[in-house]
Amino acid sequence: MIRLEKRPAPSRLWTATTPLLAVLLTMIAGGLMFAMLGKPPFEAIRTIFWDPLFGEFAYYFRPQLLVKAGPLILIAIGLSLGFRAGIWNIGAEGQYIIGALVGGGLGLAVYPSDSIFLFPLMVIAGALGGFLWAMIPALLRTAFRTNEILVSLLLVYVAENLMASMALGLLRNPDGAGFPGSRNFQDYPAAFNEELIAGAGVHWGVVAAIIAVIFAYILLQRHMLGFQIKLTGQSPRAAVFGGVSPNRLIIFCLGVSGTLAGLAGLFEVTGPAGQITTDFNQGYGFTAIIVAFLGRLHPVGILLAGLLMALTYIGGDAAQLNLGLPSAAIQAFQGMLLFFLLGVDVLSNFRIRIGKGEVA
Amino acid sequence: MDLSAINWLLLLASLMVASTPILLAAIGELVVEKAGVLNLGVEGMMITGAISGFAIAVETQSPLLGFVAAAIGGAVLALLFGFLTQVLLSNQVATGLALTLFGLGLSSLLGQSYIGIKPPLTGMIDIPFLADLPILGTIFFRHDLMVYISLLIVVAVWFLLKYTRIGLILRAVGENHDAAHALGYKVVRIRLMAIAFGGACAGLGGAYLSLIRVPQWTEGMTAGAGWIALAIVVFASWKPGRVILGAYLFGGVTVLQLNLQAAGLAIPVEYLSMSPYLITILVLVIMSADRSRTALNAPACLGRSFHASS
Repeated sequence: MIRLEKRPAPSRLWTATTPLLAVLLTMIAGGLMFAMLGKPPFEAIRTIFWDPLFGEFAYYFRPQLLVKAGPLILIAIGLSLGFRAGIWNIGAEGQYIIGALVGGGLGLAVYPSDSIFLFPLMVIAGALGGFLWAMIPALLRTAFRTNEILVSLLLVYVAENLMASMALGLLRNPDGAGFPGSRNFQDYPAAFNEELIAGAGVHWGVVAAIIAVIFAYILLQRHMLGFQIKLTGQSPRAAVFGGVSPNRLIIFCLGVSGTLAGLAGLFEVTGPAGQITTDFNQGYGFTAIIVAFLGRLHPVGILLAGLLMALTYIGGDAAQLNLGLPSAAIQAFQGMLLFFLLGVDVLSNFRIRIGKGEVA
Repeated sequence: MDLSAINWLLLLASLMVASTPILLAAIGELVVEKAGVLNLGVEGMMITGAISGFAIAVETQSPLLGFVAAAIGGAVLALLFGFLTQVLLSNQVATGLALTLFGLGLSSLLGQSYIGIKPPLTGMIDIPFLADLPILGTIFFRHDLMVYISLLIVVAVWFLLKYTRIGLILRAVGENHDAAHALGYKVVRIRLMAIAFGGACAGLGGAYLSLIRVPQWTEGMTAGAGWIALAIVVFASWKPGRVILGAYLFGGVTVLQLNLQAAGLAIPVEYLSMSPYLITILVLVIMSADRSRTALNAPACLGRSFHASS
């Protein structure tokens, strides 16, 4: 009889190794899935995880890694603070869209401008947009105890409809011959999020992601607020007795994650995406949830997890081109990864005992 | 705008059809939450049910087999959640989210070869005599079988929870799993059964979308219906009767905004399309503002993991 025995504290060894174990298990299960789809499993796994970095066309894929990882890391860092404290913002996708609409909208409103202050102002507007959109679930939670999970998620659908309306109406390119979608930021230098180092895929969003990682690390390791977040996650009651104000924490965590998601959206729409269309969002807000957990809600872990998840996106594209693997397969693959991760987590919280125990 | 262009009789009749998917998913989730488990994967189970029901119905040309397959598909996915949360004791919120993300990916993978196909028609059932009633007959008694089955499921759940021993045990597990365990009830087993039932209901709801309501398969076709179902359980304060009320209210909003779109109201389509979500949020706020009521009705062990030794 197999029995689980709770560890007094999570095992450090297993906490560090379970993400790797989960990736390995996902590769095996994913390989089986690809085999069932009639694709060569080993080749598919190699195309996804190896070729983009070391294959023939690596020079093309490598910069893409940072382009995709930037927004994922930026959003996931914000989400991880809340997740640690038991505050579940799962509507980052909506905050991402609104950040892009507000920031991008500001730039489009003053077209054509060549002020050097324009892009910084757009960044601030984007952050503010994401922040305010996240304040809706935050304030409803603090004022009425409305479940922030449901509200933040439902607001994603509202944001998607707003995005469609903007792309078709207010922000539509006046010179676009009636096609949906805004002006292209590529042709608008003052508002364009350009590549900082040619050919490296580093744009301002990547820089912001790295800064966010550093700040989150300091916050969690060295700052009182970080301690309060961790304490609330482990024991909300003890935290209240220790003088933590739950409402302030809710507003802080949702505010930070909304701000970072809004920033990610602004950097994406003015850079890699290039214009506001009816569907410029790529689901980064949802994938970032997987990134946050895969990185163990730890800033450095999230940095690595973001890169890995970016790799599956790029590898997925490559596999789609070379092997005809459907793009949905990668989405299922990423979901599977989160499943395995949560499953193997049992190893870090429990000891597995084999043999007869007391009646359980 | 031309309000007279709206046929109010047909609007009321389509209300029941529009509400049924949400009703099915919500009543399943209600049972799960009554057992003390918070499964946020309703959206994922619904869309998996939608594609598995659609695929089987197209392959066998039998809508009935499609619905059976959808229930099985939903339940299998739900049991994956059950295994992780009940046996491996993972966090329920995170695992539920994983279920939704995985379900969305899996369904679009499975559905690739089914885009643009028409499913076999599900027959209508005109209830004898009642269907011939003026007005009422059109609204209530000329629907497909699943509309009535969904209502029957709600009544059965209400009866089971309120008047039977099984219902009492289920509620005990949800209110205080330690006490239920001490009394000798198999907490994990009971919860797994509730989770499977919830998954089957969500699967049926999804299949109702793809086989009857739309009827077609498109990626991401549930469009938040699973999340609205979760909100309706809160709205209903965990009472089966009020789930009907909630689901029909949201069905009504959906149908009304679709009709207003068709009637050419001067509001852009996108703003009408976001109205069901906004109204869901509004209702959630109103319900949760009333603290005493929600706190009293929510199962006490909702979302907490059970481990026998702790």
